[in-house]
Amino acid sequence: MSCLDTIADYGLRSIGIGAKLLPRTDFTLCQQFTLIGSGLIWNVYFAVLALAFGFFLANALALARIAHSPFIRKPAEWFVFVFRGSPLFIQFFLAYELLVLLPRSGVQLLGLTIETSWLTRAWAGALIVLFLNTAAYSAEIFYGALQSIPKGDLEAAEAYGLTGWKKFTRVQWPTMLRLAWPSYTNEAIFMLQSTTLVFFSGFPAFSQMGDALYYANYFADKTFNPFIPYPIIAFYFVVLTLILIWGFSQVNRYLNRHLPQNTQSRIRLRPQLLR
Amino acid sequence: MFAICADPKTLEGLTWLGCYLTSGKHLDFYMSFVTVLALLAVTAPAAMLLGFGGAMASRARLAPLRWIGKGYSAMVRGVPDIVYFMFFVIALDQGIEYVRSRFVCDDLSAPVFQGMEFHVCNAAKVPLATASPFTFQAYGFFLAVVTFAIVFGAFVTHVLSGAMQAVPRAQLETAEAYGMSQRQVFRRILVPQMWVYALPGLTNLWMVLIKATPLLFLLSVKDIVYYARELGGTKTSAYAYSHPDWRLYYFLGLLVFYLLMTKVSEIVLTRVSLRLSKGQATAAGEAQRRGLA
Amino acid sequence: MKKLLLITTLLAASAGFASAEVVRLATEGAYPPFNLINDKGEVGGFEREFGDEVCKRAALECTWSTNEWDSIIPNLQSGNYDVIVAGMSITDERKKVIDFTQDYYPPTPSAFVGATADADCKSGPVSAQVSTIQAAHVAESGMTLLEFPTPDETVAAVRNGEAVCVFADSDYLRPLVNESNGALTFVGEPVSIGGGVGMGVRQSDQELKGKLDAAITSMKADGTLNTMIEKYFGPEGLKY
Repeated sequence: MSCLDTIADYGLRSIGIGAKLLPRTDFTLCQQFTLIGSGLIWNVYFAVLALAFGFFLANALALARIAHSPFIRKPAEWFVFVFRGSPLFIQFFLAYELLVLLPRSGVQLLGLTIETSWLTRAWAGALIVLFLNTAAYSAEIFYGALQSIPKGDLEAAEAYGLTGWKKFTRVQWPTMLRLAWPSYTNEAIFMLQSTTLVFFSGFPAFSQMGDALYYANYFADKTFNPFIPYPIIAFYFVVLTLILIWGFSQVNRYLNRHLPQNTQSRIRLRPQLLR
Repeated sequence: MFAICADPKTLEGLTWLGCYLTSGKHLDFYMSFVTVLALLAVTAPAAMLLGFGGAMASRARLAPLRWIGKGYSAMVRGVPDIVYFMFFVIALDQGIEYVRSRFVCDDLSAPVFQGMEFHVCNAAKVPLATASPFTFQAYGFFLAVVTFAIVFGAFVTHVLSGAMQAVPRAQLETAEAYGMSQRQVFRRILVPQMWVYALPGLTNLWMVLIKATPLLFLLSVKDIVYYARELGGTKTSAYAYSHPDWRLYYFLGLLVFYLLMTKVSEIVLTRVSLRLSKGQATAAGEAQRRGLA
Repeated sequence: MKKLLLITTLLAASAGFASAEVVRLATEGAYPPFNLINDKGEVGGFEREFGDEVCKRAALECTWSTNEWDSIIPNLQSGNYDVIVAGMSITDERKKVIDFTQDYYPPTPSAFVGATADADCKSGPVSAQVSTIQAAHVAESGMTLLEFPTPDETVAAVRNGEAVCVFADSDYLRPLVNESNGALTFVGEPVSIGGGVGMGVRQSDQELKGKLDAAITSMKADGTLNTMIEKYFGPEGLKY
C-alpha cells in the first residue's frame, strides 16, 4: 500500500471518513503521520471555535469587571477566578460528569423538549468547556488592557466631545485590543495546546475518532514504542503554532497601523499570561 | 487504623464513613497532597535554576551557547507539555541507566537496544532491583521533578531573558561609568534589578505550574488525581468498603484544593510584588513613592 | 541499623529464600478481582496471591509495583520491572514484543452488559477500555465504540446511559452485575476472544520465564491454582 493510498484511507479518519478500521499490524511512518495529522482537525476545530466564541464573552466579562455595580462585577470576578484557578484537566472531568447527569430524554422547558444527549459528546461538551475557559483567561487579559489605556487618550476623546458608547467604540475598545493583542496571542497558543486534553480526561472517543494525541497514543500503544508518534505530534504542533503566530501578527500589524514604526508593539511572545 | 474499623462490613452510617475516610488508602490519598506540594516546592527552584542558566546562555557571546539557550526556550513553546510528559520519563530513565552502565558494568559488549528492549546490567539499574519500595517511589518522584523542571525551566528562560532586556539601559550605563566590569554590572546591577520585571511572568508561571500537577499521574507518580480516580470508582464487595461511583465528589474536592492554592498564591505573590516594586523606576514603584510622600 | 538489617535477613531466611534473586512484578491495580489496590493501599486480589505463590515455588524474592495500563509494556521492555501480572490476555500482537508464560487463568469469555437484558448492543454505542482486546473486537465487528481510559468508566457509561452496553471480561463484570441491584444485566451470549491470561516477561528473559512456567505447572498439578480461582472468582470462575 503506497503512502497516497494511506492518506486517502486515513486522511479524514478522525471525522469518520475513509477506512473504517484503524491500522492494526505493520505500522508505517506514513500511517502515523497521516492519522496523527488527521487528528489535528479536531485540535484546530476546538481551538478556532473556542477562541472565536470566547472572544465575545471575554469582552463582555472584561466590561463587567470594570462595572461599578457589584451585582455585575462580582459574578464576573468569580467566573474568572474559578476557570483560571483550576486545572483544565479537572474542568473537563467535572463537566463530563455533570453533563451525563442531564436527563436522557431531554429537558422540558416552556412546553418544548430540548435535546441534551449531544452535550456529552466531545464536539459540543468539550467545546463549551474550552470556550468558557478561554473566555476567562482572555477576560483577564482584556481587563488588564482596559486599565492600562493611557489617561491622555481618554482625555483627548472627551475633549473631542466623544462620550459614552461612542468613546468606548472609537477609543477605548480599539486601544484595549491593541494593548492586549500580544498577550492574547499567547492565550491563543495555549488554547491550541490545551485542546490535546479533550480526549484525555473525561470525554470518550467515539468510533475511534479522536484528536492528534489520541492517535499518537494509539500508535504508541500498538507499536509499544513511544519515541516515534510523540515526536510526530510535537512536530505538527510546532508547525501549527508558527502558522498561528503568523496570523496573529498580521492582525497586530493592522491594529498598530496608525502608530509610527518605532513605537509599534511587536508581538514578543512573552508568556505573561498563560494557563 | 482504629479498633472499631476492624470489620468494615458490619459498620454503618457515620462510623462507616469515619472508618472509610481513615482507611490506609485514604491516608495515602492525603499523603499524595503532600507529594504534590513537595513537588511544587522542589520543582520551582529547580526550574528557576535551569531558567537562569538558560537566560544567561541566551545572552552569551559564544554563538553555540547562545543557540542552546534560545533553542531551549523555544523548545517547549510550540509543543503541548502533555506530549513531553508522555515519553520523557522513559527516555530520561533510559538515559540515566545508559550513562551509569558505562561506568559500573563489567561487560559492555552486549548492545543496549536489543530490538525494542533496553538492556543494561543489573548493577546499572536505577534504582537497584533490591531497593526498597520507598526508593522506587522517590526515584519516580525525582524523574517527575526533573521532567517538570526541564519543561518549566524553558518558560523561565523566556521570562528571565525578557526581564534582563527590560532593565533600563541607563542603569547599566551608569554602572559602567563607575568603572564596573561586565561581570560586576551583571552581578550587582542587572540581576538584582531584573526581578521586578520578571515577577509578573514568574507569577503566571507559578500558577501554570500548580495547574499542571494533575498531569503528574502520567509520570507514574501516584498523585491526587490517581487516588481520586482510584478511590472514587465503583467498589464491589471485593473491597472492604464498597460504594457506588463517587468520582464526582472526589474531583470536586480536588477543585476546591486547586482554587485554594490559587487564592493563597495570589495573596502571597501580591505582597512580594509590592515589596519588589519599592523604589523601582516603574509605575508601581512610583505609586508607592507618592503614597509615602 | 544493624538490628534492622538483622531482622530483614531473618525474615528473608524464615520465608525460605535461600539464594533468592529479586524479581519485580508489576500490575495495574484497577481490575478487580484480578488485581486491585486494597483499602490498606497495597496490591491485592487474585493475582497478588497467585504471584506470591509462584515466587515462593520458584524461590524468587518478589516485590510488587503498579503501572498505568497504557505504558505497562514499554516499561517492561525498559527494564523497570521484570514481570507483568495484570490480567493480560495472551495475544499475537503482544507476543511480537514480549513473551508470555503459560496461562494461569483459562481463556475467559468476554461479555456484554447493559441496563436491560434486551438492550440492543449492535446499534451501540458500546463502551470498552482503550487498548484492550475487547476494544479491538468492538471496532472490528462494526459496532460503535466508545473508549474510556479505565475499566471503571466503561461501566459508569452504561449506568448513566452514555453507552448501551459495556464489553469487558465477564469475570470483571460479574461482581458488578451481581451487586448492582438489577441496574446492570448480562446481554446475549458471552464471546470468546483472546487466549488465557499469562505473565508477561521480556523476550530475553527465557530463564525467568522457565522458572515461572515450572511454578505455574506445579500449582496447576496440585490444585492450588483452582482453589485460588474459586476463592476470588466464586463458583463461576473457570478452573483447570
